[in-house]
Amino acid sequence: MNARCEPLSTVGAAVEALRSKAVGAEELARECLRRIRADDGNSFVAVCEEQALAAARQADSSIAAEGFRDLRGVPLAHKDVFCTEGVATTCGSRMLGEFVSPYDAAVVERLKAAGAVMLGKTNMDEFAMGSSNETSWFGPVANPWDPSRVPGGSSGGSAAAVAAGLVPAATGTDTGGSIRQPAAFCGISGLKPTYGRVSRYGMVAFASSLDQGGPMARSAADLRLLLRFMEGHDARDSTSVAMPPTERGARRRLRIGLAAEYWRALGGGLAGVLREAAKTFEGGGHELRDVSLAHTDYAVPAYYVVASAEASTNLSRYDGVRYGHRAADAGSLDELYSRSRSEGFGAEVKRRILTGAYTLSVGYYDAYYRKAQRVRRLVRQDFLDAFEEVDLILAPTTPTTAFPRADGQAEDPTAMYRQDVFTVPASLAGLPALSIPCGFDAGLPAGLQLIAPHFGEGLLLDVAEAYQQETDWHLRSPGEGRRPPEREQL
Amino acid sequence: MSRGWETVIGLEVHVQLRTRSKLFSAAATAFGAEPNAQACAVDLALPGVLPVLNGEAVRQAVLFGVAVGGTVAERCRFDRKSYYYPDLPKGYQISQFEEPVVRGGSIAIDAEDGVRRIELTRAHLEEDAGKSLHEDYPDFTAIDLNRAGTPLLEVVSEPQLRRPEEAVAYFRALRALALYLGICDGNLNEGSMRCDANVSVRRPGAPLGERTEIKNLNSFRFLERAVRFEIERQIDILESGGEVLRETLLYDAERDETRPMRGKELSNDYRYFPDPDLLPVAVDAAMIDAAKAALPELPDAKRRRYREQFGLAGSEASQLATDPQTARYFEALAAASGDPKTAAHWVIGDVAAALHREDADMADVPVSPAQLGLLLRRVADQTISRTAAKSLFELLWQGEDDVDALIESRGLKQVSDSGELARLVQDALAANPAQAAEYRAGKTKLLGFFVGQVMKASGGKANPKQVNELARAALAGEQD
Repeated sequence: MNARCEPLSTVGAAVEALRSKAVGAEELARECLRRIRADDGNSFVAVCEEQALAAARQADSSIAAEGFRDLRGVPLAHKDVFCTEGVATTCGSRMLGEFVSPYDAAVVERLKAAGAVMLGKTNMDEFAMGSSNETSWFGPVANPWDPSRVPGGSSGGSAAAVAAGLVPAATGTDTGGSIRQPAAFCGISGLKPTYGRVSRYGMVAFASSLDQGGPMARSAADLRLLLRFMEGHDARDSTSVAMPPTERGARRRLRIGLAAEYWRALGGGLAGVLREAAKTFEGGGHELRDVSLAHTDYAVPAYYVVASAEASTNLSRYDGVRYGHRAADAGSLDELYSRSRSEGFGAEVKRRILTGAYTLSVGYYDAYYRKAQRVRRLVRQDFLDAFEEVDLILAPTTPTTAFPRADGQAEDPTAMYRQDVFTVPASLAGLPALSIPCGFDAGLPAGLQLIAPHFGEGLLLDVAEAYQQETDWHLRSPGEGRRPPEREQL
Repeated sequence: MSRGWETVIGLEVHVQLRTRSKLFSAAATAFGAEPNAQACAVDLALPGVLPVLNGEAVRQAVLFGVAVGGTVAERCRFDRKSYYYPDLPKGYQISQFEEPVVRGGSIAIDAEDGVRRIELTRAHLEEDAGKSLHEDYPDFTAIDLNRAGTPLLEVVSEPQLRRPEEAVAYFRALRALALYLGICDGNLNEGSMRCDANVSVRRPGAPLGERTEIKNLNSFRFLERAVRFEIERQIDILESGGEVLRETLLYDAERDETRPMRGKELSNDYRYFPDPDLLPVAVDAAMIDAAKAALPELPDAKRRRYREQFGLAGSEASQLATDPQTARYFEALAAASGDPKTAAHWVIGDVAAALHREDADMADVPVSPAQLGLLLRRVADQTISRTAAKSLFELLWQGEDDVDALIESRGLKQVSDSGELARLVQDALAANPAQAAEYRAGKTKLLGFFVGQVMKASGGKANPKQVNELARAALAGEQD
């Protein structure tokens, strides 16, 4: 196969090539494996060549026997937060460095049943806590557009792998922006579905009331294709919702909301790129309206209280007793706990466990956790009110484009938290939101976010697809004509 | 009241619900399996697993709430209770803190001063922890997670118990209720019901004293002894000018003392918050109605009915109504014999004595109510004497089953032929002229002596009532 394997440019292209038998599943898998090996961006933490080739051969024989259907033979990668039977599931942590799950996550199971071929597990911020993929025990991931910059996080490996063309698609998870922000930084498309749309079973928990798995790919059309095989009710996840599958909506003139609270926080070239993109929607026949999301400023602190509180207990199970990292030669039970956890977790994870435990403590619960839940309800109500007036909300995905790696130089961690300012509100409200490429600022991709009412994925994807028919930002690859990286003030 | 001190006791009883699978996983709950054979991925708290609520446990909790007359919450919720221990795989226990499934209600106990209702604070659902096995392996602690995730209903009483005996009566009444409702197997020795006792003492009229909590009492006897010891210990401290510390204690049965617990579950702050993996549970009117419809006749109502319908004494009614198996046996025997009072005396007397002798349970009684009922009818229709009935009961207990055939083959039929009985009476009078003379001189108590002689001569088969009459007549007749 040629170095440039056209069938791998998108999931849609792979599907067409496999359907028309222009290419075989094994051939596609081998090409992906070759690209992964040749890449030095550190986007994978595990590559499962043997299993991938076996699955690809199985896909080939079933395509030969029954023809192509679903995602048979389509190569993809899973974020390492999804449990995969027989393949490492590390969550980017030393704590689970040696852990191999005895079962598949629901998302993995469904995509496997659809015939998709898993090539490996992608790098991520440790336990999905981070916005730069720098907290991974397995080292930082390079942004394919500029290797000195971060790919975003926590699904940084997935975003980088898709942007670099190593795989046509990957799964991600989004708690406060972990699909959308890296998608924006890497110039790809990423969808965080409505909370409850995709089963969380087998997804290693960070913040249970916010975590949601979703697809990451080049185009909105690909996102739609993947979502079909990820969504659906699962009795093993009590928060999973029984809803009809995501459908294509009727094309119509939409009222698209712009919230001043988002735009006034945005500066520099990125603001210009996004305003330009918004005009494209107006040109497409939609109406732009101003809406107010008054509690936006409180969303980030509320998010960090709620998410850290949940995380502090979700991560209690990693105690060195049953599985995971266990400190050697502990002299007592307390020592076993404290040393296993001190050694197994990185600084950011520890910071959030401490924050979370603190906010849940007697005497602080009302001041932090309860208040944060109140803010969460207000943020949600803001959206519900806005959706009385508009069909969708258009917003920037991130306040900046991809920023340079810090390379271990400690920064103010809350500066990093502010990266999530535009993505966290939809997370708190449980709303579906996606990020699609909408241009470049100083050679780095810019992401545009669309937020819909609960279970409005169909509408989101319709609008995103229409935008991608009008524009070609999503087809740009870092490989060809990459401009020399330009350093910018953040 | 002990040494002028008033005792205040409240109990928290963990009732293991009778569900096939665990509270949040599909693993089985049966007792006695190989260690960790009944622990699935959810119970092991593997990465990525999620809890799914067992609806049957909620149904049983609602049934309990309705039975005690409590308020079943329209909406309840599960919380995470955080602490570290190797037999708590998630590092938190899923329990109910702010919104329990049941609030209020009461349970009647037999106290010194008659029946007393002990009010309940609440009852909430929670999962059990596993077990740490310290003895089986040198240098190691082994962990068995079979019990981890087993559904418990924690029933919390108000501090309204005043004596160790009342605490036991409450624990017994709660066990009986759980058995009646079929929500627990009641096996204390398998840990199906475990009790924590909160104990404090005060001078009458004074505010509540500082309390201590004695954990994990799994028998009525240990509960009574532990509370009794703890009361005395606290009084000793206070009388010598000391101060009772709020602490968690364990009861050491071998040394019969309480002492402070170390390690497990001693966190000062459990950092409760709503478990985001579980949705709030809605209990609608239909569920409450279904529970009401499923309610069996409960001990209270039975006690009342036994007194009013059968004319039993209060203490008899209580003894029979407390345990559902005893009540079931008694009611069947009352029907089969046609004589509830006699049936009651037999169940409380002979049957209970035989069970005690054999160290057996009501479920193990080998004599069916139908057999024993027939036996009682044979006494009532004067076919056999009560003495003969007692020996027949023993034969039935040993495995014989045909009452009438036994009466025949053992020659136990009562002699009611007045001619033959008259002859035996005459013989007795003739053989004991001195006593006959004394009787006629006014020592009429000697009638019993003559009846006894006749019964003896008949080999116990004579109808005692008839003998009584004949002897009286004969003694009187000869005077004329």
